[in-house]
Amino acid sequence: MATPEVELKRLGSEYAEKYGFRDPEQYVFKARKGLDREVVEQISWIKNEPDWMREFRLKALEYFLRRPMPTWGADLSELNFDEIVYYIKPTERQGSSWDELPEHIRRTFDRLGIPEAERKFLAGVGAQYESEVVYHSLREELKRLGVIFVDMDTAVREYPDLVKQYFGTIVPPNDNKFAALNSAVWSGGSFVYVPEGVRVEVPLQAYFRINAENVGQFERTLIIVEPGAYVHYVEGCTAPIYSAASLHSAVVEIIVKEGARCRYTTIQNWSKNVYNLVTKRAAAYRDATMEWVDGNLGSKVTMKYPAVWLMEPGARGEVLSVAFAGDGQHQDAGGKMVHVAPYTSSQIISKSISKGTGRASYRGLVKVHRGAHHVRANVVCDALLLDEQSRTDTYPYMEIEEEQVSIGHEATVSKVAEEQLFYLQSRGLTEAEAMSMIVNGFIEPITKELPLEYAVELNRLIALEMEGSVG
Amino acid sequence: MAEHTPLFMIENLHAGIEGKEILRGVNLVIERGEIHALMGPNGSGKSTLAYVIAGHPNYEVYEGRILYKGENVLELPPDERARMGMFLAFQYPTAIPGVTMANFLRLAVNSVRKARYGEDKALTPREFRRLLREKLEMLRMDETFASRYLNEGFSGGEKKRAEILQMAMLEPEFAVLDETDSGLDIDALRTVADGVNQLFNSNMALLVITHYQRILNYIRPHYVHVMLDGKIAVSGGPELAEELEEKGYDWVKTQYAEAAS
Repeated sequence: MATPEVELKRLGSEYAEKYGFRDPEQYVFKARKGLDREVVEQISWIKNEPDWMREFRLKALEYFLRRPMPTWGADLSELNFDEIVYYIKPTERQGSSWDELPEHIRRTFDRLGIPEAERKFLAGVGAQYESEVVYHSLREELKRLGVIFVDMDTAVREYPDLVKQYFGTIVPPNDNKFAALNSAVWSGGSFVYVPEGVRVEVPLQAYFRINAENVGQFERTLIIVEPGAYVHYVEGCTAPIYSAASLHSAVVEIIVKEGARCRYTTIQNWSKNVYNLVTKRAAAYRDATMEWVDGNLGSKVTMKYPAVWLMEPGARGEVLSVAFAGDGQHQDAGGKMVHVAPYTSSQIISKSISKGTGRASYRGLVKVHRGAHHVRANVVCDALLLDEQSRTDTYPYMEIEEEQVSIGHEATVSKVAEEQLFYLQSRGLTEAEAMSMIVNGFIEPITKELPLEYAVELNRLIALEMEGSVG
Repeated sequence: MAEHTPLFMIENLHAGIEGKEILRGVNLVIERGEIHALMGPNGSGKSTLAYVIAGHPNYEVYEGRILYKGENVLELPPDERARMGMFLAFQYPTAIPGVTMANFLRLAVNSVRKARYGEDKALTPREFRRLLREKLEMLRMDETFASRYLNEGFSGGEKKRAEILQMAMLEPEFAVLDETDSGLDIDALRTVADGVNQLFNSNMALLVITHYQRILNYIRPHYVHVMLDGKIAVSGGPELAEELEEKGYDWVKTQYAEAAS
């Protein structure tokens, strides 16, 4: 049996090979370490932003500085805001073909398989490297239908009215400390607009890559789905392995209007030195459906609770969450459903896996406001422990102010049974193969919701986590 | 002349669980082309023997050897034994939620095939599907079986059929069937037995563990052994099974007690 250190090294080397490689730092601009008014103004100046956005940032900075660190959730005591670089501009301009990118950045995305995926099964791709989106594409036929898929900075310049109308309305800058931080220093991210009745049948994908050490990435995404429209947005993320911490703190705001549907899928695979502290929230209106599919495999610490505010009757929210906490990781994830209107429904299904010194926590909220009668809400959280050492915990909050409601909650904790391992091994599977098969089976209710390519990717990532886990 | 190596051989096997000895000196030799039945009352150690042969980690071996193709497999993990061509049809197969029969079998079949026949002998998805369809048909199992989760919500009969299906797919050279007849009605028993008979060939061997003689009407053994108190007390031909059916295990107990004294 290998020691935890050796295992960590082995896992590290496998991540290193596939995702953890790093490019030399060749940047157009890199802000100095630390955060103050000057840095925020510098970012805004480089982006040549309108005054309203600069004011928005500065106000948010005040909120950020004023707010204390959260004392609940994961341990953030080692996160040092003074050691982080808040803005890096990697290239002079964005490309609309991969060939336009600097060689090293193009190679990075090649190695991550993004251009290939784009050719095979995506309708549009955005690729962010450090603070800026360096590549963007959208199929012509979708452009003709009025679909907009650009990076957020471009949206501020080219669609100021739309951005001004919605930006910061779903996640206000003072919502929480990290939303305030993002609002102050945000850069990159996606802007998606789907006009009334348009169905984008093939997913749009954004890929986020951190390359430098001690850097923060603060993308900002805004998705507007007009009545009767549909879109599936997918994001993936990786980073090289460093001993010093990096910070990823995104804000995602989504508006799903009457009868529309939005699905937002995340495969988060940050390296194990990244603090991943993200605020994701959607508002769903009459008969609209919002679905978050959230896969968290990487990072040192993740705190993320995708939320749906159910604003009008018939609105439906769903969170499908998978978290894998390997050695040294803490995945504090879950979902929030806020029933503002009557006749709304929601479901949260959370599956977590803990291995070694890993800790997976489910943290969720179901809130039913007074007057929101005939609400149906269901929460299922299942935890799987892979060994004696691993840890899981559950924090299911319920705030129900209305009586005519139907609320369900189930939670299970199970361990991988020796009998299951033995059974599969007796058929020729190695212990690691048997383990990943059991884990993949455990999360199957969620992977079956993913497009095939992502389901395969998720299963492969889990297999990668299992290798080196048995000695 | 080189000495003959039997396909499977147990020598003076002492084994148990949590320090409690259950098998107290088992000896057994099985050649290719042979079917052996191992009978015995409950608690005599039959299933323990099956688990020890397959390499269950909870069982401890205190003494003796298990030789498969001349190699002592006791030091090998269960998956290596399987990849060498050994197989156990479980009495109580475990459910694996979320894993379809087809996905599981494809991985299992290919890891065994690669180990036994060479890296390039894995089946393509197409070849695999064809083989699976063929074997499902042979065992009169519905095609939807392939997309069900492994043993989850299976009836007793379905579980036993699924075990034989796995055996059919993995093509072992030595298979232990642990109480495959228990929980089967007569039609299901016949189907399962027919399947086993079709799979059996002169290049392989079977050890059929059973409490009752019933299954031996369908799978005809060449040899019958009776286990008592962790030892093989009596061995004989097929007629021994019939005698047992008639006279019961108490008869062997008396015989064995006499022989021992």
